[in-house]
Amino acid sequence: MIAAQLITAAHSVVLAEETEQNPLLPETYDIVWSFVIVVVVGVVFMRYVLPKFQAVLDERTEKIEGGLAQAETAQAEAAAALAEYHQQLQEAREEAAKIREEARTEGGAIVADLRAKASDDASRIVETAHRQIEAERQQAAVSLRSEVGSLATELASKIVGESLEDAARQSRVVDRFLDQLEHAGTTSAASGTNGQEG
Amino acid sequence: MFTLATTQILAAESDGFHAPSISDFFPPAIFFDGTAFEINRIMLVRFIAAIALLTIFVIGARRAKLVPGRFQNLLELGLDFCRRQITYEILGEQLGKKYVPLITTIFFAVFFFNVTGIVPFLNVAGTSVIGLPIIFALWVFVMYLAAGFKRFGFGGFFKHALFPPGVPKVLYLLLTPVEFLQVFLLRPATLVIRLFANMLAGHLLLALCFAATSYLFFEASGAIKVAGVVTLAGGFAFFLLEAFVAALQAYVFAILTAVYIQMSVEAEH
Repeated sequence: MIAAQLITAAHSVVLAEETEQNPLLPETYDIVWSFVIVVVVGVVFMRYVLPKFQAVLDERTEKIEGGLAQAETAQAEAAAALAEYHQQLQEAREEAAKIREEARTEGGAIVADLRAKASDDASRIVETAHRQIEAERQQAAVSLRSEVGSLATELASKIVGESLEDAARQSRVVDRFLDQLEHAGTTSAASGTNGQEG
Repeated sequence: MFTLATTQILAAESDGFHAPSISDFFPPAIFFDGTAFEINRIMLVRFIAAIALLTIFVIGARRAKLVPGRFQNLLELGLDFCRRQITYEILGEQLGKKYVPLITTIFFAVFFFNVTGIVPFLNVAGTSVIGLPIIFALWVFVMYLAAGFKRFGFGGFFKHALFPPGVPKVLYLLLTPVEFLQVFLLRPATLVIRLFANMLAGHLLLALCFAATSYLFFEASGAIKVAGVVTLAGGFAFFLLEAFVAALQAYVFAILTAVYIQMSVEAEH
């Protein structure tokens, strides 16, 4: 309707101007140049401008998608690495704990072993010492017994001399000596054991 | 509004100032007078608009980089608008992909030829003379027919377009002529007239406002001069309106292109 009004308006103007130009009827040159212009613009746009922009847009999309994919991969890799690291850490911890535990048991065993060995050694040494002491004591006792007897006899004979020649006197002296010895033996035995213990 | 403007024009004319008229759209020839290649002021304006359009976009395309600068961002914004807001919105992504270049080209070309109407020193829209809208509309006409032929075959398209399925046969008596007119005359004709008439009217309004302002300021006497302020303000308002209309008409033309293609290829009406 607007167009119709416009046309009537245009007509009145045209009539007022007393020209015969009708704006709805194109001039030949108008069509010719319009055609040329539209063809040129169309060709340049559709053959060059728009494909170029499209190529850039496509490239950008590709790049962004590639970048996103890459980022995703990188993230996945990082996550995997982190998991692996954690696992390794865990494993290392477990291993360390195991080693520590082993070391502790081993150490305990070694200590116990050594202790046993030391106590064995000690008891052996003690036994050896005891045996040696016993042997020496016996040896001493043996040598004493033999020497004391002879020494005593010798000493007694020296002290008593020939007076012991007759049998009666001799037996009396011997008896007396034995009595004394017996008497001294009991006391010295008591003091002797005391001394040995001390 | 138009009739009012016209009466003003007619009234003003008697005062003897230069009123805008239809003859503005048929300026004297500059080159090749009287031949099929006649070049007048409006043809030159179209050349300038075409050169500006191509320069901007060819430079933009040549410098197009993966990481866009400000200039490229602006161009891509426009291209993306054509792609998504116009083409994909109407045709869907799958079908639309093929028609993005056509619709983008039409949108930017129509916009550039429209916008010369408010560019100082050019002052007339390239589309305000009917030849250019006719060529654009013919292009669209051919494209939507081709889309239909491709979808249904030559005979199939006629059958589909003129005898829409699912209608009682008697109704074809009424429907077929209407559909015929619709497809082969009304769609392209309305494309032409809508664009051309809007631009022509816009030019007349702007020219009237500024002619009146000039007349009132410099030739009218006394208190009437003040009225020039009103016409100047009106001219400024119409200038903004024309900027909007230039973009709107380009958008309408592009979106109707998409709609007509969609109508040609859709299975059901």
